Amino acid sequence: MSKAQFRTCPETGLQYHKQAEMLIRAHAVVAVVILLIGGIAALLVTLTRWPAIHLLPADRFYQLLTSHGVNMLIFWIISFEIAILYFCSSTLLKCRLATPKIAWLGFILMLAGIVVNNAAVASGTASVMMTSYVPMPANPNFYLGLILFAVGALIGCFVFLGTLVVAKDEKTYEGSIPLVTFGALTACIIAIFTIASGAIVLIPTWLWSLGLINNIDPAMYRVVWWALGHSSQQINVAAHVAVWYAIAAIVFGARPLSEKVSRGAFFLYIAFLQLASAHHLLVDPGLSAEWKIFNTSYAMYLAVLASMVHGLTVPGSIEVAQRSKGFTKGLFEWLRKAPWGNPVFSGMFISLIGFGFIGGISGVVMGTEQINIIIHNTIYVPGHFHATVVIGTTLAFMSLTYFLIPTLFRRQVAFPGLAKWQPYLFGLGMSVFTLAMMGAGTLGVERRHWDMAFTNTALSFDYPASAFTLMGIVGISGVAAILGGAIYILVTVVSVFFGKRVESESSYGFDMTTLSRADPLLVPDGGHEAAGKWGLAAPGTFVLAMFFLVIFVLYYAVNWKYLASVWPMS
Amino acid sequence: MSAIQPPAEIVWWKQPLDRVEGTWISIALVWSLFMFFMMPFWHVYGKQNLSSEAYRTTPQAFMAKTQAMVDQYTVRTETNLNLPVVRPPPGSDVYLAGRLWQWFPLLELEKGQTYRLHISSLDWQHGFSLQPVNINTQILPGYEMVMTITPDTAGEQTIICNEFCGVGHHTMLGKIYVTEGGP
Repeated sequence: MSKAQFRTCPETGLQYHKQAEMLIRAHAVVAVVILLIGGIAALLVTLTRWPAIHLLPADRFYQLLTSHGVNMLIFWIISFEIAILYFCSSTLLKCRLATPKIAWLGFILMLAGIVVNNAAVASGTASVMMTSYVPMPANPNFYLGLILFAVGALIGCFVFLGTLVVAKDEKTYEGSIPLVTFGALTACIIAIFTIASGAIVLIPTWLWSLGLINNIDPAMYRVVWWALGHSSQQINVAAHVAVWYAIAAIVFGARPLSEKVSRGAFFLYIAFLQLASAHHLLVDPGLSAEWKIFNTSYAMYLAVLASMVHGLTVPGSIEVAQRSKGFTKGLFEWLRKAPWGNPVFSGMFISLIGFGFIGGISGVVMGTEQINIIIHNTIYVPGHFHATVVIGTTLAFMSLTYFLIPTLFRRQVAFPGLAKWQPYLFGLGMSVFTLAMMGAGTLGVERRHWDMAFTNTALSFDYPASAFTLMGIVGISGVAAILGGAIYILVTVVSVFFGKRVESESSYGFDMTTLSRADPLLVPDGGHEAAGKWGLAAPGTFVLAMFFLVIFVLYYAVNWKYLASVWPMS
Repeated sequence: MSAIQPPAEIVWWKQPLDRVEGTWISIALVWSLFMFFMMPFWHVYGKQNLSSEAYRTTPQAFMAKTQAMVDQYTVRTETNLNLPVVRPPPGSDVYLAGRLWQWFPLLELEKGQTYRLHISSLDWQHGFSLQPVNINTQILPGYEMVMTITPDTAGEQTIICNEFCGVGHHTMLGKIYVTEGGP
């Protein structure tokens, strides 16, 4: 390998393999373009569900909701994730990317899939929602686009695995792979499972849409489709948790509290997360209660346990890092004195809190077998997953972008003032949006529904006025969050294509506290506990975790109480 | 070493657990197990459990059973579409068909009585969402789901379709009227 194929970022010390760098850039740029398309759809959908505006006619609404779902949940996130896989393998292991030509083939297939699928939806012949439940038919190109994209993404996964092999073989690192790479490996393994499930369900469905297969069983379709649909969101969880650890390391030089625990938690994801396709089948006909209980709880909530562990160890590692720098006053000085003006950190921290408190708790509650009866397919469901996928994943990826712009693209972050506020506008707007949606869902407002007022229908129904108010709040906060998303796209596009070149760390466009080259923290005398309290290395984080648990327990209990008030049934 | 570098200790798995981690893992594990056992507990002691009783059927067979019930127990018709309102006897098998874009027929049940409610779809997937009581289930063509229900509130309940089923999805409504029990 000639040295010329590598570039070392002078500020961060990160080493980029030229081919990997080009691929990461290409995937990230495509991801942001998709985010723009999905974002425009989001705006129009939001303005339609805002009862006072009710912008689009019904057919357009369903068409754009389909576009929004597929572009955001599949294309934006997985495109960005392939960029993350290449970064976590080639860049973090300082190693050449395996088979770059094949990686480019994967990229082209993904791009082709995006174009084919979007063209099918744009033609108006594939308004079937992201889930495309049979036997509702769609234009065959809808499925074909997804299949092409999946094959491309699968190639990306294998290039990632190949790169791990190359790094091991060429001894570019010693010992074990970094924790963040381990998290990316977790995401990759889940992605392979996901994509295989997607192939098993979408290839026959495509053939069915072409008239080559007679019948697809709708119950079977749902079981296998959700092994794609839900597991793809588990790729996100693994990926954004890896990004949280990465940002804690980048901004604070934080090291994991213990490698064993954090890696063990990722391992629990690999073992159990995929069972969650059952979350969508809890009120389906014919599945036994035993099957539902085992699967919906990821065996015995072992994947939830894993997320609760990460929820402690990520901020815990930040707390330990901050305490060893002297922020030891009280329980929370380490948090107060964190760099809240740095969007890399603020976005990551809002992502962590929003994912845990809003997305995590609501997900476990609605995934409880019986409680699902009062939640299934109400607008509570998108409320939940906008908290996990938008506040959790998308905001984490946005924060990482503010770090990648200077080191990967070598450009200053444009409009640093706007960038500083972006995570707050996006994260808090989205938090209100998701909470209002969950409130409306609790009042029975349906998801994927054009007209909650039921005007001009033979029969009618009146939701309580509070449901309309909540949907109005969904509209307002949704528009605020979309504005935050627009700022992200503006900052990213202007920085990458028109930004000033970076010369040193001081010209990044905003203050970074420490970067990855910062000296790894030394364990103080007497262990980390010495800088903590009560014999705990991270007492502030522990208090936050207990606060989280109290909210969790209360909300769980309230929902059982609500369930107990509905008609008895068996 | 930080999380983006290889672990400092080659034998990282022997590094002892931090106390904050050990404590939290124990608490979280207990809570996870509690939530797990809550579900079987509710099957034994709770009153709201979805039955797993279901049968394979066809749209024709299901519609035939529904029509037989409509022919026997219709008490009146409503709206300018003359939708039949069916009042089946307490304890009987009640059939409800979802189709583009209607729940057929309208039902009238008696408060405090128990019914075996059979639901299926005659075409695409639909969602049975009973409001405002808020009971939601998924309805598939080819599968006949049987729920044993006991309405315990009198009044008008509306069935809203909550699985997207095409451009008329939002117009797909039905009714279950619950009357006070007889004298």
